Amino acid sequence: MLGRTANGVFWMARYLERAENTARLLDAGFRMALTRDVLTAEAEWRSVIATVGQTAAFEAVHGAAYTGDKVWNFLLRDKANPGSVLAMIEGARTNARSVRTALTREVWEAVNESWMLLSEWLARPVKEAMLGQVLAAIRRQMTLVRGAMDGTMLRNEVHNFMRLGTFIERADNTARILDVKYYVLLPSVAWVGSSLDNVQWESVLRSVAGERAYRWLNAGSTDPRGIAQFLILDQRFPRSLNFCIDKIRSNLRGLAHEYGHETEAHELLRDLGTRFHQTTIEAVIEGGLHEFIVDFIALNQQVAQTIERDYRFYA
Amino acid sequence: MGRGAPVFDEMLTPEGGVRAAYADYRDWFDEQDPALLKRKDGEAENFFRRTGITFNVYGDDAGEERLIPFDMVPRIVTAREWRKLSRGIEQRVRALNAFLHDIYHRQEIVRSGRLPQRLIAENAAFLPQMVGFVPPGGVYTHIVGVDLVRTGPDEFMVLEDNARTPSGVSYMLENRETMMAMFPELFTRVKVAPVQDYPRRLARSLAACAPAAAGDRPTVAVLTPGIYNSAYFEHAFLADQMGAELVEGSDLRVVDGRVAMRTTRGYQPIDVLYRRVDDEYLDPLSFNPNSALGVPGIMDIYRAGGITIANAPGTGIADDKAIYSFMPEIVEFYTGEKPILQNVPTWRCSEKDSLAYVLDHLAELVVKEVHGSGGYGMLIGPTSSKKEIAAFAAKLRAKPENYIAQPTLALSTVPIFTKAGLAPRHVDLRPFVLVSPKGIDLTPGGLTRVALKKGSLVVNSSQGGGTKDTWVLED
Repeated sequence: MLGRTANGVFWMARYLERAENTARLLDAGFRMALTRDVLTAEAEWRSVIATVGQTAAFEAVHGAAYTGDKVWNFLLRDKANPGSVLAMIEGARTNARSVRTALTREVWEAVNESWMLLSEWLARPVKEAMLGQVLAAIRRQMTLVRGAMDGTMLRNEVHNFMRLGTFIERADNTARILDVKYYVLLPSVAWVGSSLDNVQWESVLRSVAGERAYRWLNAGSTDPRGIAQFLILDQRFPRSLNFCIDKIRSNLRGLAHEYGHETEAHELLRDLGTRFHQTTIEAVIEGGLHEFIVDFIALNQQVAQTIERDYRFYA
Repeated sequence: MGRGAPVFDEMLTPEGGVRAAYADYRDWFDEQDPALLKRKDGEAENFFRRTGITFNVYGDDAGEERLIPFDMVPRIVTAREWRKLSRGIEQRVRALNAFLHDIYHRQEIVRSGRLPQRLIAENAAFLPQMVGFVPPGGVYTHIVGVDLVRTGPDEFMVLEDNARTPSGVSYMLENRETMMAMFPELFTRVKVAPVQDYPRRLARSLAACAPAAAGDRPTVAVLTPGIYNSAYFEHAFLADQMGAELVEGSDLRVVDGRVAMRTTRGYQPIDVLYRRVDDEYLDPLSFNPNSALGVPGIMDIYRAGGITIANAPGTGIADDKAIYSFMPEIVEFYTGEKPILQNVPTWRCSEKDSLAYVLDHLAELVVKEVHGSGGYGMLIGPTSSKKEIAAFAAKLRAKPENYIAQPTLALSTVPIFTKAGLAPRHVDLRPFVLVSPKGIDLTPGGLTRVALKKGSLVVNSSQGGGTKDTWVLED
């Protein structure tokens, strides 16, 4: 397998994942803004932009005017935003096109079709009345691509690199949501049993599609500490940090098995895995939730860079 | 269209009868509900867009991808017609390879006085790097696309020999897939020779040309200029179908005397490189020093027997339009036989008498650049204005050796499907030929290009042409 091909499937998967997560984030923000007064809504939109790390780019275009339609159009389709959903879909499709020989026909067609459909939906500014439909279409197309991958791809190195891209991106996205919300939620985390701003926590759960799963596990009580535990340490929830780490590990193991040797990334993951397995949510909060997350984001990025280097993504 | 020359329609006789080749198809067609056919026609376009069978047009917005229009009425050739064509094509391809070997060695054909020395010496497609070198297996043109036009029941003529890197074979395959998906019942009624094993034949043919340095299972790779190349879809398609790697220049480098690709495990040698990059860009150390599409040093490895390049560098000399006009002599010189397939009569404007004739008859002739391709930079006399003809005459006088002229042929027509029903349009045909030390292999079928505009003779996809599925009937 060519290094460039590994690079292509890895980034295709990352872009697809980010497009989907951005749609989820917007959906949660939109829901939140609808139920709030203007000032709180503005703060909510501000945190959405902060979560994707585009505050400077947004303010360069719109100043401090954090209104809903500006924010969602910026995140969905603005040319000034290199991380817009439209840019992600285009990036994913360009990568897919350059590694077509590594993909099944069904995966390629699902990506190509998503690009055709969504670039049409996002050709013009999205009105409020259409937002729900557009976000649903993004999620639906990404689900389609995932289904094609799951149902047709050979479980070999190509699949490993693709899954690595997916879970590295997903872990990063979940961590960023936690990091931004952390400030808002800080007091409630410290006060066990507090019912302070449960709506904020609900919103966090919603942005990772975890509200239903959380309720199953916790029978209706929205305990901030429980939610932090759920998003960071739970091993069953597919968007928790721990779950992503586990998947990154198993896909790296797949590569080691196929290639007959490990790389530095394997070592990094072993350390990370041990750290997650040995800790508790109490210890994390005591040591500083913010520090823990910032640390994690940096480590996750290091894993990605190590993979890119050790598997010769670039000449 | 040549004035007064009757146009041969491949489906209908002048009296309106259906020719034998189309009899079964036409029976089927007449049974179909026209509304349903119209709907199917729309489906075909969606199918091509979704699967991404597109090409990029040079000069358009960067990255814009277009579809080559597909027409759902097949172009049909009988088994008998095909047998004659195959013999003619094989003969021609044998002659081309013998010619190339000769040109890069003793140049007997020049010594014998049948080909002017200057056509070789002054030709940019002639590569001194190839002189005295025999490619692995002695094969120069591994893949040839022979462009044929038809003017009558038994009259097929060769319009062009594409001996460099002929494209379009993916359309031959996808058009058949599309037809089978749209009208499966048609294929149970009409026995059509299959084309679907072309990629397997290509892989086998390329592997049979592996260099001495290769092991038992040669590694084949397809070299593409990248996703913005007009034929990128085809490069990816062929690599995929052959199970070969699709590589770009940046993936390759010379390692330990071999050309190797950067894999996730390190550099691995390539034995056969099916390159879809022009000679000029193949090796910045030997040719264009600014090329980033090729591999620095690949020509040295090639000459040392470390890799097979398909087609061989320097084969362009054989499909040059000036050389083309000598093809009847070339075929006879190397095969000792009369050519089975005729050339289109050609005036070489480099010759004084010919130039005078061409200038006098511009309004009826087609004038082409000797090194041109893709239908660019040519004059079609009968459809050009007086002003255009005068402007072209000036260009022609300034550099006569750059041009050849041919009569405007009455290209045969095949019907296309239009909203108003079937309507005849002009077509050409490009069959694909594979050459290896084991022999010459011709897939029964090819790419039929069709001028979609009424009366138009330009079939090039870059200028509004479309394609059709091409059927060779089985006996």
